[in-house]
Formats: sequence, C-alpha cells, structure tokens
Amino acid sequence: MSDVKSKVMSIIVDKLGVAEDEVNAEASFTNDLGADSLDTVELIMEFEKEFNIAIPDDQAEKIQTVGDAISYIEGNAK
Amino acid sequence: MELKRVVITGLGALTPIGNTTDEYWQGLVSGVSGAAKITKFDAEKFKTQFACELKNFNVEDHIDRREARRLDPFSQYAIVSTAEAMVDSGLNVENLNLDRAGVIWGSGIGGLTTFQEEASSFASGDGTPRFNPFFIPKMIVDIAAGHISMKYGFRGPNYVTVSACASSNNAMIDAFNLIRLNKADVIISGGSEACVNEPGVGGFNALKALSTRNDDPKTASRPFDVDREGFVLGEGSGALILEELEHAKARGAKIYAEIVGSGLSADAHHITAPHPEGLGAISVMKQALAEANLSPEDIDYINVHGTSTPLGDIAETKAIKNVFGEHAYDLNISSTKSMTGHLLGAAGAIEAIACIKAIQNNIVPPTINHFTDDPEIDNKLNFTFNKAQEREVKYALSNTFGFGGHNTSVIFKSYED
Repeated sequence: MSDVKSKVMSIIVDKLGVAEDEVNAEASFTNDLGADSLDTVELIMEFEKEFNIAIPDDQAEKIQTVGDAISYIEGNAK
Repeated sequence: MELKRVVITGLGALTPIGNTTDEYWQGLVSGVSGAAKITKFDAEKFKTQFACELKNFNVEDHIDRREARRLDPFSQYAIVSTAEAMVDSGLNVENLNLDRAGVIWGSGIGGLTTFQEEASSFASGDGTPRFNPFFIPKMIVDIAAGHISMKYGFRGPNYVTVSACASSNNAMIDAFNLIRLNKADVIISGGSEACVNEPGVGGFNALKALSTRNDDPKTASRPFDVDREGFVLGEGSGALILEELEHAKARGAKIYAEIVGSGLSADAHHITAPHPEGLGAISVMKQALAEANLSPEDIDYINVHGTSTPLGDIAETKAIKNVFGEHAYDLNISSTKSMTGHLLGAAGAIEAIACIKAIQNNIVPPTINHFTDDPEIDNKLNFTFNKAQEREVKYALSNTFGFGGHNTSVIFKSYED
C-alpha cells in the first residue's frame, strides 16, 4: 500500500469511526461511510494538514470517494 | 388558569465523588472529598494544582467514539447523566407526546476545552484559518440541550440557560414554570460543566477565586471555616426529569419529590463579589417561600451555595438569618461543595439531587472539613459539620448564586398526593 493511501485510510478510520475493511477505494464518504457534509469538510481539512496542501473548494467538492481523495493527493502533494 | 404540579421522576449524576446517583449519594453521606491533584493537564506552573475531577470515567463506555468526538466534554457529561435519569424515570419515548417533551439545560461556560484547542491551533499556525467544522457546534453552550433532544426525539421547548454558577437552577426553574403553565408534560433539566483545563483553572486563579491549598487538596473546600480561602473547581453533570404530576401518575411513575417554589434575583452590585448583606439571596429565599405558600418554619434543610470563599459564605449566612429568624437555628444547613467542589453551571443540578435524596432518606449530608469556627459566622447555626445527620426532611431549599450577581433558590417537597 502506498504511503498516501495508508495515511488517507487511517484518517478516515479515525474521523468517521468506521472499520478499516469498510474503507476501500470505491467507498463514498456520504453513501457508504456515514459521513455528513460537516464530516467531509473535516476530512478535507485533515488531508490538507497531513499532506501540507491546500485543496480549493471547487476541487474538494469533487472528492466523493476514498479513491478520489487518494488520487487527488497523489497528484497534488508537494 | 390553574397551575399544574411538577414532580421529579428521574435522576442522573456524574460527579467527582460518584459516577451515578447512588454512588454520589453514598459519597455525600459518608463525607468524602472529590479533590485531588489535577490529572487532565500539567498544572505545575498554576497557583492551584488540584481540582475535583471525575474519577474512572471513560466516555467511550457510554458514547461511541465517533459521536463522542463531536461533543465537548460538557456535552458528553450531559448525555451520560441524562441517560441515567431517563432509564431511572422509566419513560418510554414511544409513549410520549414528543412535541410536549423538552430539554432545558444549564451550563456556566460551555465548550471551553474546544475553544482552547481551536484557538491554540490557529495561534500556533501561519495564519491560515483551518478551523474544524465542528468547532462552533461543539463549543456553543446551547448544544448540550440540542444533543439531548436529538438523542430522545424531544421536540418541545429546548434551550440552555446561562447564569454562571446559578445556570442549572435557572434551567430547572424555567422547566418548572413551563410545565406549570401546561406548555410541556416532561422536561429533561439539569446542568453540566467541564472547565478543569488550563483556561478554567488559570482564569479562576487570576480572579483569586480558587483555593491554593496544594499541600492538602482534600481539606481545601472548607465552607464556613475560618481558614477557607476559595472554592475548589469541580466538573460533571446532574440530570433531573421534571414531569407534570398527572402525567407521572398516569404512567405509574416513581415520584421522588415535588418542586413547589422558586426565586430569581440579581444583586446589581459587583461582577464577582456578593452583596455584603446578601440582599439578592434574601430576596430569592423569600420569593421561593412565598411561591410555595410556606412560612420559614416549614423548611428543614438548606443546601447552601456555600462555595468556601471568604465573602460569599458570610453574606449567605446573613441572608439565611434575615429570612429565617429564630428558625435559622433549627435548620440543618450544609454545603455539599465541601465534598464535590464547585461544579459551576452544574452545581444547582447536583445539589438538587442532594436535596431530593435527603428528603427520600431523611439524612442531611454534611459540610466536611470544619476545623475552626469563623468569628464572623454565627456558630450557633447547624451547618451539619463533618458528619451526616438524621433528620426528617419534608422541605429542602437549594440556593445557587452566580458571578454577575445572579441568585436563584428552589424548594423541593417530599411527595404527597
């Protein structure tokens, strides 16, 4: 597992209180992992902190699944 | 319109001397102190290095981790004590008219821990605002009532009262009045506080409000003793289910006591010091007696505000003598803050529970840590020093006063049909 992937997964497990095996690339934060709109804002914020990046709002809106988050971060991390 | 009668049908307590109502009451009658060295943060540089913290409390035993993360400790404590009170009451939410079921909670400060964390995190950064989306809804003081309503589906009156250390008495008085006026059948009331943290201890230290008896925390809260030198900060929560009498009877509820009188006033004097003659305190006790249609001789027990501060204890004693005259010497008086410390906005709630248990058991919990009389306090008054006393308690009065000059008083009566 890539470093980014494992860090993203551990943030999701921690913040959403879900089991690790529920967190796969296709899992949608809101539909599969029980997140509400505030949870997703918090996740984005944690990703920004962890990877030292700034995710603009229009990009953040497109991050709907675990896989979306991993590929965005892999493409934009410094 | 005839006013409804209001009874108490459920109790929940999460306190520094017991994590349930029964443990709390056992702690009160056996006269234990909840004070100890602060564990929540390193207090080495603080003038006061002890407090009355909760013991052996793990929030995840009560609330799942994800939910707990969204709650400041003051809301966590509220949820936990309310859960105990709801079970104790035997209420079944499926049989309730939820539009007539409310929550009126009290807290003096609210989410101070959350505010500290978020403000510190911003201050230590580069100026980029990275505030957590839960920051505001965790911190705001009304959110405790909001969370309780969401848990039980109560859609009736819902808010939090704020009057510093009088907050939860204000909450109970509002709940009492709304039920009397037939605006609700059931209201969850009480209060919670969670300020054993750096700004809480540092802030009250700066006010010179806290005891600094670091070499002997357990005797630091010593109301009415000549060597008292400030209150001991406490944390926790108390919850009470207030219910309209006929509603309670119709479902065969266990009835602990009835609320029969209340008083509300302001000293209009100083931000932290009480009026030296206790004018506001006199007013609330008189109002409560009048509302309950009682004479001073009817009262058996007063659970005083009695925080162990030099000025407050004297002013309250003067007020009691003014209101009760000769009967003041026949009363049992006690400050249970000698054991629990001062739970600020939760004080009224846990002290209401002390009064109700005193009525139920005919035992008055003590004022512990009495060593030396204060010549400025009438030593012929019975402060129930050091040991609980047996006494038939039909009427108990509970005072709480708050910074800002807020005064409240509530009278509880043993239940008779």
